Amino acid sequence: MAEDMAHRPPTRRRRTELNFMAEGTAVMDASSAAAKRIERAPLVTNNRSMSWISDRVASCTEQRCPRWWWIMFTCTVSLAVVSGLCLIYLISTGVGVWGLNNPVNWAWGITNFVFWIGIGHAGTLISAILFLARQKWRTSINRAAEAMTLFAVVCAGIFPVVHVGRVWMVWYLAPVPTNMGIWQNFRSPLLWDVFAVSTYFTVSVLFWYTGLIPDLATLRDRATTKIRKFFYGIGALGWRGGNRQWKHYEMAYLILAGLSTPLVLSVHSVVSFDFATSIVPGWHTTIFPPYFVAGAIFGGFAMVLTIMLPARAIFGLHDLITDDHVDKMCKIILLTGSMVGYAYMMEFFIAWYGGNLFEQYAFINRATGPYWWAYWSMIFCNVISPQLFWFRRMRRHVLPVFIVCMFVNTGMWFERFVIIVTSLHRDFLPSSWNMFYPTWVDIWTFTGTFGIFLTLFLVFLRWLPMICIFEVKAVLPEADPHHGDHHATPAIGEGGH
Amino acid sequence: MSNFFPRWANWVPLKLLLIAVVLTTVLTGGVWYYFTPKYTRVGYMPDQPVPFSHSIHVEQLGMDCRYCHSFVEVSGHSNVPDTQTCMACHSQIKSTSPKLAAVRASWESGSPVQWVRIHKAPDYVYFNHAVHVNRGVSCFSCHGQINNMTTVWQAEPQSMAWCLECHRAPEKFLRPPSEIYNLNWRPASAAQQLAMGTQFKKEWNINPPLTCGGCHR
Repeated sequence: MAEDMAHRPPTRRRRTELNFMAEGTAVMDASSAAAKRIERAPLVTNNRSMSWISDRVASCTEQRCPRWWWIMFTCTVSLAVVSGLCLIYLISTGVGVWGLNNPVNWAWGITNFVFWIGIGHAGTLISAILFLARQKWRTSINRAAEAMTLFAVVCAGIFPVVHVGRVWMVWYLAPVPTNMGIWQNFRSPLLWDVFAVSTYFTVSVLFWYTGLIPDLATLRDRATTKIRKFFYGIGALGWRGGNRQWKHYEMAYLILAGLSTPLVLSVHSVVSFDFATSIVPGWHTTIFPPYFVAGAIFGGFAMVLTIMLPARAIFGLHDLITDDHVDKMCKIILLTGSMVGYAYMMEFFIAWYGGNLFEQYAFINRATGPYWWAYWSMIFCNVISPQLFWFRRMRRHVLPVFIVCMFVNTGMWFERFVIIVTSLHRDFLPSSWNMFYPTWVDIWTFTGTFGIFLTLFLVFLRWLPMICIFEVKAVLPEADPHHGDHHATPAIGEGGH
Repeated sequence: MSNFFPRWANWVPLKLLLIAVVLTTVLTGGVWYYFTPKYTRVGYMPDQPVPFSHSIHVEQLGMDCRYCHSFVEVSGHSNVPDTQTCMACHSQIKSTSPKLAAVRASWESGSPVQWVRIHKAPDYVYFNHAVHVNRGVSCFSCHGQINNMTTVWQAEPQSMAWCLECHRAPEKFLRPPSEIYNLNWRPASAAQQLAMGTQFKKEWNINPPLTCGGCHR
């Protein structure tokens, strides 16, 4: 797909009416010679017009608030409140209300942190890397995926803050000059983590907001009430859609995409350093950074699909988020899931090949020790279940896609649990070995973060355009300046419309 | 496109920018002042129940610090003298001075004089006077020229950064053992102090703790 841009003839988009249903049927017919290009399925189906796109996406925020929204919102807010109450209990009592014990000093707290921060990576990959790679199919999913990134980072941020116990001391992490005359330990990956995550959040917010400005202006111009005019008016920052504004906008967006691109790789690499730079067997592994990044993208895409499929169904956006989009995301899940599976195997191989008995024990204990069920759940969810996506039919049916995505969501949480708890629970001194059991506070704090995440996402669906209206218009055939030209069309014989 | 905002809205971004600049300045200034050693209790000089003058006792009468603070060399805690120590002299000298009424009252009742504490290390800090004064750290380093004070006030910040200033480079402050209680003593020059301090540090094997556990035990 990457060469798509370089070879793109000006008339690329004019044959949407052929409406090739899938890439499979678009494979070049051997008999029809080299002059023919591989035809691509259109990114917007059913020949939707520009105004239809504006109407459909903007109306999600303009229509009367549907009943399902209120029902779901009530549920998710209640869940979020549960999490909040658990956090208050934790802060007012101490981290002892979690199931932590001496060898297992990190358990669900850090598991949940890595789980949520990993989920964010899909949004950044879609918005930054796919943008730079000129993957036009990103346009209809990037807005919601980026929103998901932000909300996931919000959920992730809770855990490292509260796990320190004395939350009011968290400002110690900020390198400000104080009367203590000491600085943070800059050699500690835990500090890098603070910088990595806060940079990630800042850049993601900027990137997301910059992309929102033209669409906020659309909503402002369509607004019928004073309140909507006021708030969207402020949000649009005086956007008028002039030529110069577009020029600056596109440069700003490109720069932000460039800034976000390294973050896709760096943030989760730094998160993996929290473990990899330690000497705990099972953590002390050089494969961690790429393995974590692949896992983050894997889990992130699963979460994108988990929330986008219902949203697409509810708002009837099948013409914008087509089965092709789902298909492509499934392929990425298959790829990254297999990379994660390779990493699992490689960990075992290196443990054997490295000849370190303690390392070997750590991995054998993972698979056969008291937490064997967590390990094999992880293997089933992350490595085996995505293999369904080798089959095109599986990628194109919502139900199997959704089920596999739920498995992946579960599996990625188990992955972090396995890495953290099974490595720690049998550490250096057999006399201190101990099992970890979560308390109800552990369980409800984590469950509640789904409430926070979904509440934020519901608010986003209700108040902001969930699809980037102007970018989707740009991938319509009509957006091509040569759309409708009857001359100089080297492609398969058909006219414009 | 219609006008969504009134005309004055044109100036709002500029005003917001101005507010942001002012807020940032105040915040930076606040952090600079309150988070750094600039914010300490240097100069704190409470009223004491007895107007005791270090200046008279040390400078005019030539008394040694250890006459009153008698356990400083052997104890982690440097004691404030008890009433009996005062009365050893003041039962004879100025025995009717109204300034000493509180001392005499304490002598009669048996309950100590309620001195107001000035130098106060937090509970989570372990500080040992004896190890400091026995290894070349003068009273002067932490208390300033207390020998010249009519009423005692806090001369040094005594913040953690300030402690670390010496713990990181003790050679800049170590002095000959004979001059620990001579608060008027000064090294001839900075170079001489450094040479002498480096020698003491080596000879006495001085390794002030820099780990958290050194002071926060």
